[in-house]
Amino acid sequence: MTNEKFVALAHGLNGVVTAEGIALSAEIVEGEVPLLKVEVEDREEFPIYITVDEDQILCTTYLWKESEVVAQQRTALLEDMLTMNLPMPLSSFGKIGDQYLIFGAMTVGSRIEDVQHEVCVLSDNTLNAVEAMEEYLNN
Amino acid sequence: MSIWKKLFTAVRGAATEAGEAVVDNQALRILDQEMRDARVQLNNAKENLTRVMAEEMAVRRVVKDLRSRIEEHEGYATQALERGDEALALEIADKIAEMTNELEAQEQLADGYTGNITGLKRTIADTERNIKAMQREVSVVKSTEAVQKANAAMAAKFSGTDSSMLRATDSLERIKAKQQKRSDQMNAAVELQKESSGDDLQAKLKAAGIVSGNASGNAVLERLKAKKS
Repeated sequence: MTNEKFVALAHGLNGVVTAEGIALSAEIVEGEVPLLKVEVEDREEFPIYITVDEDQILCTTYLWKESEVVAQQRTALLEDMLTMNLPMPLSSFGKIGDQYLIFGAMTVGSRIEDVQHEVCVLSDNTLNAVEAMEEYLNN
Repeated sequence: MSIWKKLFTAVRGAATEAGEAVVDNQALRILDQEMRDARVQLNNAKENLTRVMAEEMAVRRVVKDLRSRIEEHEGYATQALERGDEALALEIADKIAEMTNELEAQEQLADGYTGNITGLKRTIADTERNIKAMQREVSVVKSTEAVQKANAAMAAKFSGTDSSMLRATDSLERIKAKQQKRSDQMNAAVELQKESSGDDLQAKLKAAGIVSGNASGNAVLERLKAKKS
């Protein structure tokens, strides 16, 4: 069931132009865990990775690594990220190891239009987040 | 250790230094073992629940039976009293008292089973929830590994061999440049469109005879000469 869902997702996200005129492309990354890589036109540097399990569709984009954070500004960065979590639509910040990320989780029963919307909002949030947190990052 | 603590340890274990093994296999093995233990616990709890529920039903049956027998004997005792057979009535009353004591004991037993059932059901729900949380965690840890690999490949595409060199701020700059370029192209296209539609208008006006478009050097010269004279 999860696999079918996965293929349907890939189909519904590849070569699609959303109502807002954003072009998406999606490809399945083969591996132990099925993974969908979605690219938003002109924003290929921040791909969205989608995984599906029994309960949820998880959309993740990697932001920056610990090594990119200005050490003295780390607490301020974390504080800003925590503060931003609530007003930021649909997405939340997260961290795995030394990798900061932004993600959105949706119920596995979500309609494809909802997933498309989620992906676009996540992409917008990603750019806004990097721009907003730029002052805490090494240049 | 609470389930969340364990999960936290596992996720934290998913070290992500570039180029290092991303999934902590030890943590995954521990999670695997935890899941196996939880499944055994779940099966035991389910078996216990079935057994206790059967026992509860049996005891409730005894309770119901005792109640109806007490009622029945109360009827007998009343009849005996009506007939004035005090001795028989007392004998029946003794029997009723005995059954009432038994009823009380059985009712307590049944209530005990009911409490037991509630507890077991809660244990089963908790265990199922824990197993689900652990399954999700394993899937997240594994997906994390897949995402990290894919992202390293993506970064390498944009920054050459050293994928760790693609910084978020650089990516943002590149995207902004692309967006600027696209918007410049669009503006240029709009300008072109305007110009060409301007030409079209001119041609239409000419065709409609509104402008002649016949202005020539000679005509201008003739006009100027006429003015002068």
